[in-house]
Amino acid sequence: MNFILKILKDFPAYLWSGWGSIASILLFIACWDVGNQVYGNLVLPSPLETFKTLSLMLQDDMVWEEINVTLYRAGMGFGISLVLGTALGLLAGFFATASMMSRPIVTILVGMPPIAWIVLAMIWFGMGNETVIFTVVVASFPIVFVGALQGTRTLEDDLKQMADSFKLPWHMKLIDVYFPHIFSYIFPAWVSGLGMAWKIVVMAELLATSNGIGASLAISRSQLDTPTALALVVIMIGSLMFIEYIILEPIKREVELWRH
Amino acid sequence: METLKVQNLNHHFGFTEILRDINFIVEKGQVLSVVGPSGGGKTTLMHLCANLLDVEEGSVENSFISSSFAFQEARLLPWKNVIDNISIGLIAKGWKKNLADQKSREIAIKFGLEEEDFDKFPKDLSGGMKQRVSFARALVVNPSLLFLDEPFSALDIGLKRELQTHLIEMVQEQGLTILFITHDLMEAIRLSDKILLLEADPGHVIKEFNYDLEQDKRDDKFVYQETAKILQDKTIISTFELELK
Repeated sequence: MNFILKILKDFPAYLWSGWGSIASILLFIACWDVGNQVYGNLVLPSPLETFKTLSLMLQDDMVWEEINVTLYRAGMGFGISLVLGTALGLLAGFFATASMMSRPIVTILVGMPPIAWIVLAMIWFGMGNETVIFTVVVASFPIVFVGALQGTRTLEDDLKQMADSFKLPWHMKLIDVYFPHIFSYIFPAWVSGLGMAWKIVVMAELLATSNGIGASLAISRSQLDTPTALALVVIMIGSLMFIEYIILEPIKREVELWRH
Repeated sequence: METLKVQNLNHHFGFTEILRDINFIVEKGQVLSVVGPSGGGKTTLMHLCANLLDVEEGSVENSFISSSFAFQEARLLPWKNVIDNISIGLIAKGWKKNLADQKSREIAIKFGLEEEDFDKFPKDLSGGMKQRVSFARALVVNPSLLFLDEPFSALDIGLKRELQTHLIEMVQEQGLTILFITHDLMEAIRLSDKILLLEADPGHVIKEFNYDLEQDKRDDKFVYQETAKILQDKTIISTFELELK
């Protein structure tokens, strides 16, 4: 409880430190506008037009429905990877043999292009939710798994020995010695797994479904509706930035105070 | 009577023999040092005595009510501040958090830490401060037997002297017992009642030195004289390979 209060207390200061990022985003938008003036509206609509389209879209219930569908798929996929990846990663980390055996499998999972997974999933599951969720799981699971595995493998013997010498009971070893170390590996892995899930969900939807943000993107492409396509991209990026900078980063800062 | 009794202790890592036939007894209130060149199995011996390694051959009987360990490096938990690091042993023994914190603060002050340091994480502490915290952590639990594994080796002489003085005080006032590992003969002579000389490959005791004068009466002159004397000893010369080649 104290912990959450502390995060909330430090939140305004954190937001205030964001002016630099805002300046760089504005600079990016300025470059975008230059691109619009050079290449014209069809290739690259101006930021103003894009944001106007975006605000019109956000008043439309249909669009919100599409967003919800995508959120559900990404959430399901990421949720499964998070639970499965963390549990299996920890388990593999505690056994030398398991961690040795899982390495090549992880390499295969990471090395296989997501687009190939989508093709396979379409054959296995047809067009629909399962295909998208499966692809998201396959893409973000290895990231979480590796994070958990490394967190467990890198526990220091020195500290374990110290804990033994003070006869720490098992729950203290878990909470005070193992958990903070493992968490400092798992949490960043969760964040990158989430980013991956959010990217993959759109790609899978574009190819394998008839609804969701990805499918809307495919429709706007076929109608050469560039402002709508860009507005959809803005929704994707905006929501990812919100989750990463407004929700996750403050938590990470508080949790890893001892590091920086 | 609390004692630590080591009998016919042998130890191997794989096919390498580390320790051969170690025998000694540490009695309550005694300071026993094990000296010898680096890599001679001293730390292994200590870990066997402190039950951090399993005894394979021979026996280690420890009847001390409580013990704690100060390592060569501070080994602090990087995610805990100074006070939480010190109090960990007390919490493990089931103390209430606020009582443990209070006792930790008292001992932290005694070991030369300042109130403004209490909330710092180990990354913000100097090497000397970390070692102070490590000592405070080992001593706050009021151990009957203290294991010291070369904890002074990375410290400047002022801090070394200060921490040693604290230890001598506790030995004399509370009957603290210490099993001390070092490669520094002067340190051993300042603190110990008995010194065991451990020769390497495999580690075995080849000589024993006794010092009867009480630790607080040992001034610099005594320590220097005894060190000079011990450095003339033929066994010491050959064990530490002191002769000029």
